[in-house]
Amino acid sequence: MLTWGDCAEGGEGIVFLSFSSRMDQRGSESVALDEILSELRQTFRTGRTRPVAWRKAQLRAIIDLVQDNEERIFTALLEDLGKHPVESYRDEVGVVLKSAKQSLSCVEKWMAPKKGHLPLLFFPASGEVLPEPLGTVLIFSSWNFPISLALDPVIGAVAAGNTVVLKPSELAPACSSFLAETLPRYLDNRAVKVVTGGPNLGEQLLEQKWDKIFFTGSPQVGRIVMSAAARHLTPVTLELGGKCPTIVDTLSSTSEIKITVKRIAGGKWGPCSGQACIGIDYLLVEKKFCTMLVDLLMKTIRRFYGEGAKNMKNMCKIINKHQFERLQNLLKDPAVAASIVYGGSVDEERLLIEPTILLDPPLDAEIMTEEIFGPLLPIITLNNIQESIEFINARPKPLAMYVFTKDESFKQQLLQETSSGSVTFNDVMVQFICDSLPFGGVGQSGFGRYHGKYSFDAFSHEKAVMRRGFFPEIEPRYPPWNDFKLKFIRLAYNFDYLGLLLLMLGLKRN
Amino acid sequence: MGGEKEETSSKPAFDVGAASELVGKLRGAFASGKTRSYQWRESQLKGLLKMTEEHEQEIADALHSDLAKPELESYIYEAAMLKNSCRLALKELKRWMVPEKAKTSLTTFPSSAEIVPEPLGVVLIISAWNYPYLLSLDPVVGAIAAGNALVLKPSEIAPATSSLLAKLMGEYLDTSCIRVVEGAVPETTALLEQKWDKIFYTGNGKIGRIIMAAAAKHLTPVALELGGKSPVVVDSGIDLKVSCRRIIAGKWGCNNGQACISPDYVITTREHAPKVVDALKQELEKFYGKNPLESKDLSRIVNSNHFFRLSKLLDDDKVSGKVVHGGEKDQSKLRIAPTLLLDVPRDALIMQEEIFGPLLPILTVDKIEDSFDVINSGMKPLAAYLFTNNKKLREEFVMSVSAGGLVVNDTTVHLAILSLPFGGVGESGIGAYHGKFSFDAFSHKKAVVYRGFMGDAAIRYPPYTKMKLRLLKALITGNFFAIIRAIFGLSKD
Repeated sequence: MLTWGDCAEGGEGIVFLSFSSRMDQRGSESVALDEILSELRQTFRTGRTRPVAWRKAQLRAIIDLVQDNEERIFTALLEDLGKHPVESYRDEVGVVLKSAKQSLSCVEKWMAPKKGHLPLLFFPASGEVLPEPLGTVLIFSSWNFPISLALDPVIGAVAAGNTVVLKPSELAPACSSFLAETLPRYLDNRAVKVVTGGPNLGEQLLEQKWDKIFFTGSPQVGRIVMSAAARHLTPVTLELGGKCPTIVDTLSSTSEIKITVKRIAGGKWGPCSGQACIGIDYLLVEKKFCTMLVDLLMKTIRRFYGEGAKNMKNMCKIINKHQFERLQNLLKDPAVAASIVYGGSVDEERLLIEPTILLDPPLDAEIMTEEIFGPLLPIITLNNIQESIEFINARPKPLAMYVFTKDESFKQQLLQETSSGSVTFNDVMVQFICDSLPFGGVGQSGFGRYHGKYSFDAFSHEKAVMRRGFFPEIEPRYPPWNDFKLKFIRLAYNFDYLGLLLLMLGLKRN
Repeated sequence: MGGEKEETSSKPAFDVGAASELVGKLRGAFASGKTRSYQWRESQLKGLLKMTEEHEQEIADALHSDLAKPELESYIYEAAMLKNSCRLALKELKRWMVPEKAKTSLTTFPSSAEIVPEPLGVVLIISAWNYPYLLSLDPVVGAIAAGNALVLKPSEIAPATSSLLAKLMGEYLDTSCIRVVEGAVPETTALLEQKWDKIFYTGNGKIGRIIMAAAAKHLTPVALELGGKSPVVVDSGIDLKVSCRRIIAGKWGCNNGQACISPDYVITTREHAPKVVDALKQELEKFYGKNPLESKDLSRIVNSNHFFRLSKLLDDDKVSGKVVHGGEKDQSKLRIAPTLLLDVPRDALIMQEEIFGPLLPILTVDKIEDSFDVINSGMKPLAAYLFTNNKKLREEFVMSVSAGGLVVNDTTVHLAILSLPFGGVGESGIGAYHGKFSFDAFSHKKAVVYRGFMGDAAIRYPPYTKMKLRLLKALITGNFFAIIRAIFGLSKD
């Protein structure tokens, strides 16, 4: 089996730690993990996490946590990623607040059993679907939205009544230690634990038996998580990424073009400098529309972020040296370098990369085969926007797809003929904040979904419950079998109540 | 539930190359879009229905050859259940396919959103030998309804049904999109090497782990329909005769206990146990006569491997002297009589694994409430049953016992209720199906947001300012006055 460390080159920057240090630490860490787990299992067994009051108290605690510590969160995000406070509020604090508040107001409704329809044949009986917590769950979060991608799944897990271990990404250390320090103070620390550490801790966590593993990160590590989960038959949710395409149809109205460009520039370089799983990976445009689009993009970039890496503002830094080098390497291929039409400058000291636009880089270059996860934007030109469907279908299914168009039939065609986690028309990334929509991937971009009620469902088992009385008893259910019983059952399955009556009265003929 | 790979088949090799070629063809057919249309799905479901109606006798014969399954059982649990699934899907399909409207929030106003179900692509269904017709085709109904291309690999341990399925499905269904691959371990291994868009497996936990690990390589989602030791708690003060009949119908009346939701063991109080045993004995004799080894109304054990496995459970020292009824075996006919064991210690072999056969251990506890601890100390079962007239006990059972499904005062009948999800939890599996849940199991729920070009708020975009932060906070907390204040610059902070 592939180990966590083997994925050092993975898209989401899992850094390799030497095997020797892992061996040294394993002993003591494993013991501590065993203790944590048995405490959480014990808490779950006592039923403490089941009442709605406990769940609501935890959700309120999450709201208090982010509200009381807003400045500390801004500072931690600034330290780890150079994230601007407005961006931090929009993509992290605000997301958590909104999600926790919605869960708080809905959790009681979500917990209520849903009635299932029963055929008359089973009368008197009742059937229902009763959501129950899965048990003790493990959540791995990622470094790019280190607060929201950690707390959003925790909201689902506690709303569903589980005990939780959260392992935040070690690559955003300030946020990770913030979570480790504050979560136990606000939430029930007998039910919710934060463990911090690197890949060796990740591997040790995966050796344990969990009732669910919720993972946000790269496909490479996703495979490891799922293989490990298979040993214990643990269900998993994998929130991965992929190359999210953005199709820009040739628009005629100037104001629409301007809005499109603003949304693209805001969506590509705004959230974490493109280090986002639902960020725009590349654009597909018609050749004739391309020059105008690139011109406008350049102007908007200058207005939003400034020009040149040295003068940039409002943009996150690249998370670490390793990722910085990975992105630089993408540009090193001479054919790729030649396709740069804007930007390309870097500030190695501050780990900043300028918004960079590439026009028609070779399709077999790494920049077009791997998820970019950074501020580089390739633009692929097509003769006809219809070709975008084939282009997208020739590649792994993305987590999100964005389409700017006014053509209704093209919209329907895209919905029918392509597959992706989500599709957003005429905007980018807004699907993430719609709690009524499931958020999750398909194919290479992952499976399982969350947000709003879907988060609750992701951490619940839907238990089918049927209640019956002792009467009336349907005799033909039982052996010894004979012809009459076969006839009876045939009619019963067809819910042919008249036929049944005739049969009982001996009036039914074949 | 059983699903071991045993004898190897002597058919021409279906190797990785053949599997890859097959998947390639199906991908091509799926890409053509033909499986997406309502018409295609409808025609295939009708094909399945017609196939089951027109070949009822052949199906019963195949099941008899594989398992000596009584014809009525074949009818009730296999043919009729499948027909019901098809009929429900045909009736509801249009509704299932309609995108679901979703609410959008103030922050993204004006917009509209919907959730569009789309087929996953090319899926693999691996089924089990105990209900080889139903458990093969019931997932197929879901896969077709959701618009997927598929490969079905029926269990080689029920060879007559396997080859009947291969033959009939070739005749009644669109073979460019729906294929059957027969075979054992090598064929399954070749199939598992391929990249699928979903793998749906019915069988046991051991193979389930192999399937999931193979799926992990391609990040393929799985549904695992496994089994487990499904308990029956029998309280006192109930109609014991009716209860015992319902236990018997679920245990021996379901393929002689070789069913994933069959009662595995009974828990009752020490005091009540003799009465339960007497009532079970009495009803068993009424159903299957004095010599149950000769009864036509009981299935046989599927093969000699399983016969020996079950014999071993009975030969365990820890249960010697515990048999209070039955215990007769006929190795030549692979038959084991309905057998009751009383006061079985919990460390006996028979309590360590899923029995999957006609043996029924009865555990005793001091108080009936203790039985919930017994259940919760083991793996989560696929089903749990309780017979009681006590409301409080019933509600405690519903709240505290975790299992795929629960039934109060009956056994196994929840399987037939298509409005309830059928699937396990923990060791009893991952994912659920039946009715609409089958459609969902083979669909991706695509989130779709429609926006216009209007209503763009500058606060979304850099350059970032304090004013933008204030507005954002107001918007997200939904505080209308704070929004106004922020817009007019009246905010204090």
